Amino acid sequence: MDWLTTVDHKKIAILYLIAGGFFFGIGGIEALLIRVQLWKPMNTFVTAQQFNELITMHGTTMIFLGVMPIIFAIMNAVIPLQIGARDVAFPFLNSLGFWTFLFGGLLLNLSWFMGGAPDGGWTAYAPLSSTTYSTTHGVDFYTIGLQIAGLGTLIGGINFLATIITMRAPGMSFMRMPMFTWTTFVTSAMILFAFPAITVGLVLLSFDRILGANFFNVAGGGNPVLWQHIFWIFGHPEVYILILPAFGIISEVVSTFSRKRLFGYSSMVFATILIAFLGFMVWAHHMFTTGMGPVANALFAIATMLIAVPTGIKIFNWLFTMWGGQITFNTANLFAIGFIPTFVMGGVTGVMLGSAPADYQFHDTYFVVAHFHYVIVGGLVLGLFSGLHYWWPKMFGRVLNETLGKIEFWTFIIGFHLTFFLQHFLGLVGMQRRVFTYLPNQGFDLMNMLSTVGAFLMGVGVILFLVNVVITARKPVGVENDPWGDGRTLEWAIPSPPPEYNFKQLPLVRGIDAYWKEKMAGNKEMTPAEPVGSIHMPSPTIIPFVMSVGLFIAGLGFMFTTDDFGNSFLNFLFNNYIVVIIGLGITFGSMIVHSLYDDAGWHIEPEEIDGKGAEA
Amino acid sequence: MTTLHAEQATNKLPHEPEKATLEGRNKILGFWLFLAGEAVLFGTLFATFLTLRNQVADGPSASELFSLPITAVATLILLVSSLTSVFSIQAMHRGNVKSLLTWLTVTVLLGLGFLGLEIYEFYEYVTHYGYGMTTSAFSSSFYTLVGFHGAHVIFGICWISLLIGQVARKGLTVVTAPKIYVSAMYWHFVDVVWVFVFTVVYLLGKVVG
Ligand code: HEM
Ligand SMILES: [Cu+2]
Repeated sequence: MDWLTTVDHKKIAILYLIAGGFFFGIGGIEALLIRVQLWKPMNTFVTAQQFNELITMHGTTMIFLGVMPIIFAIMNAVIPLQIGARDVAFPFLNSLGFWTFLFGGLLLNLSWFMGGAPDGGWTAYAPLSSTTYSTTHGVDFYTIGLQIAGLGTLIGGINFLATIITMRAPGMSFMRMPMFTWTTFVTSAMILFAFPAITVGLVLLSFDRILGANFFNVAGGGNPVLWQHIFWIFGHPEVYILILPAFGIISEVVSTFSRKRLFGYSSMVFATILIAFLGFMVWAHHMFTTGMGPVANALFAIATMLIAVPTGIKIFNWLFTMWGGQITFNTANLFAIGFIPTFVMGGVTGVMLGSAPADYQFHDTYFVVAHFHYVIVGGLVLGLFSGLHYWWPKMFGRVLNETLGKIEFWTFIIGFHLTFFLQHFLGLVGMQRRVFTYLPNQGFDLMNMLSTVGAFLMGVGVILFLVNVVITARKPVGVENDPWGDGRTLEWAIPSPPPEYNFKQLPLVRGIDAYWKEKMAGNKEMTPAEPVGSIHMPSPTIIPFVMSVGLFIAGLGFMFTTDDFGNSFLNFLFNNYIVVIIGLGITFGSMIVHSLYDDAGWHIEPEEIDGKGAEA
Repeated sequence: MTTLHAEQATNKLPHEPEKATLEGRNKILGFWLFLAGEAVLFGTLFATFLTLRNQVADGPSASELFSLPITAVATLILLVSSLTSVFSIQAMHRGNVKSLLTWLTVTVLLGLGFLGLEIYEFYEYVTHYGYGMTTSAFSSSFYTLVGFHGAHVIFGICWISLLIGQVARKGLTVVTAPKIYVSAMYWHFVDVVWVFVFTVVYLLGKVVG
């Protein structure tokens, strides 16, 4: 119950981690099923229809319900601490964002049990996603589930923006913010400008499917390429929404374990902003083959390749940070160092794909599959593992086992390269993407088999991480503030896990790497910026949970409005929008209740502060 | 009751009560950010409409449907409601709760008037021209864009009405003031969007064809 009503960012972080980890597991199982089907030619492990459902759900689940929430978990756990704040700007919305994500994700996955999962690919290209070609409710689960989950992401983005703008500790100017805070800030801004576009796209697609509208239906004057534009003007920024936080994590980890300040801090900030800006300019490189014409193709190709410049700046800055540093090769840092060459390879294939004429060859082959897995798995997922190992002690007060961590790293990264390196060549010799099987002796057989072996190795790596988590959970809580001994930023200045109020007194920030600076000046603690006083805390509330349940019900109701249940009562309920109205009623009703009863919150008084122990 | 609160307000409340607390300032900042997202949302809807506005299939086209006098009146009503909402904020800054409530009520009534015209308009299109969601890509994008705006108006009306009740009960405080301010920001935003709807949908459709 405590967990259903919490508004504490540290607990919400744990909720995001558990839920994101759960969906990541589901997405992983789907991936393994795909690889089992492809491990030999003419395999009949799954049918073509099931295969389409698997690839659609794998991509959708991994991106929207797996890695995004784990990113949010780390942001929630770390950002308020890094900027020296007691919580986020809107604790209530923070909880609402989590619950809408969770219920959207559950709704999407219900499709497996309610007559078929979405099968039009994670990009849901029209007309494949129209009722003509996708006859189950699968795509409806996709549009509505993602709509609800996307709402949560948007709320989260706004919350982090406001938090970083207004809640920084005294003295922390923008150019003194830690790099992870910077990338979170820029990522949140990208979320704010990218997600409303997909919101509209999903609405249009549901209207086409459920209300018989004609947006993408050529017979009624609609335009399928419009879907691609809307999807990718969201979708390309989205891939940078994923990778920028990983950049932030790598910056923190590499500099901590090199015992050096991040090289070229201001150029890193500038590069991050530039990447975000260019990220919005290049969406049509996913559409070179739709017949936009040579001029548009050339412009988008050039814009695309420009992104390599700020990305290159980042790579060199990480290398220069390590240069001459005292490097500690622990698990967190191994993942960070492994990230660098892997991501570079993904970037190189990206530039290759960005060359429009070459893309006519590569498009819709396994070369593209290899490219985006190099950036998303080799980049983001390695970054997430690095971040989790790095901040685990801060979140849970226990250090993850190092030996196991190193085994985990090597299994995962070897499995990863085995799986995806070969897929470049599969693509080059002509294996198409999204085919459920292939004929023997076309040069695909051996590489596919090895790729499947690699996928299972990655699976083993992930399981080892879970084993590590379980083993670590048995250890007693009790690491100090700064278990690495080299912590540079504010989160290492307070106990692990932090008390409910984070900072007894808000710290005074006197430079980049605020905590390191104090340590170098011979201080054990941060200089406080305020006297000890009573701390105001927001009250827990169940309303965000109830609001999300309402949306869940309304979503289910909406997608079945045109169905014939063969039961007059059910028909009456659904066909007259009664279920929708009940669901929305619950949501808006709870909003009204929330607005009528102002939350005065509660206070932790100075006498109680030391008594209030850590909790997590 | 209201006079009592008015006195309290002038005595105790700071000049801009909506910005007096950190919560209030956060709320306003958060709302600006939210509106930025809303702008992208409507931007995408407008782009969709502009792409599809000539795809009329077998249905009627813009110039056959639209009647500028009605929409011009609707536009006028909505613009005036922005003005009355400005008056309500000014009343709030003077700490005059009574005048605040009056202007909020006028704003809601004007919003209702606009909504009435819109419902009448849609009803005419459907019954007289057989122009519904499924008629053509043009009709789908028309109803979605204008309907989204209409839904925003409905939401605004409910929201401001709720606030009227709250202020009447609790008075003007540093808790209610940011809410009123933010709802006024929302209302202006909805009005600005309508100006674009009027230009891009109706004027362009009727005049340029
Ligand atoms: C230098 C940087 C990059 C360049 C130049 C680049 C370029 C491209 C191009 C041209 C395509 C389209 C290929 C095709 O469909 O024919 C593509 C696909 C893709 N890229 Fe990148 N990319 C870069 C970085 C990234 C990053 C950082 C991510 C994610 C974190 C990413 C994720 C993806 C995904 C998911 C796809 C496939 C989408 C799909 O069709 O399902 N890329 N990239
Ligand atoms: Cu892209």
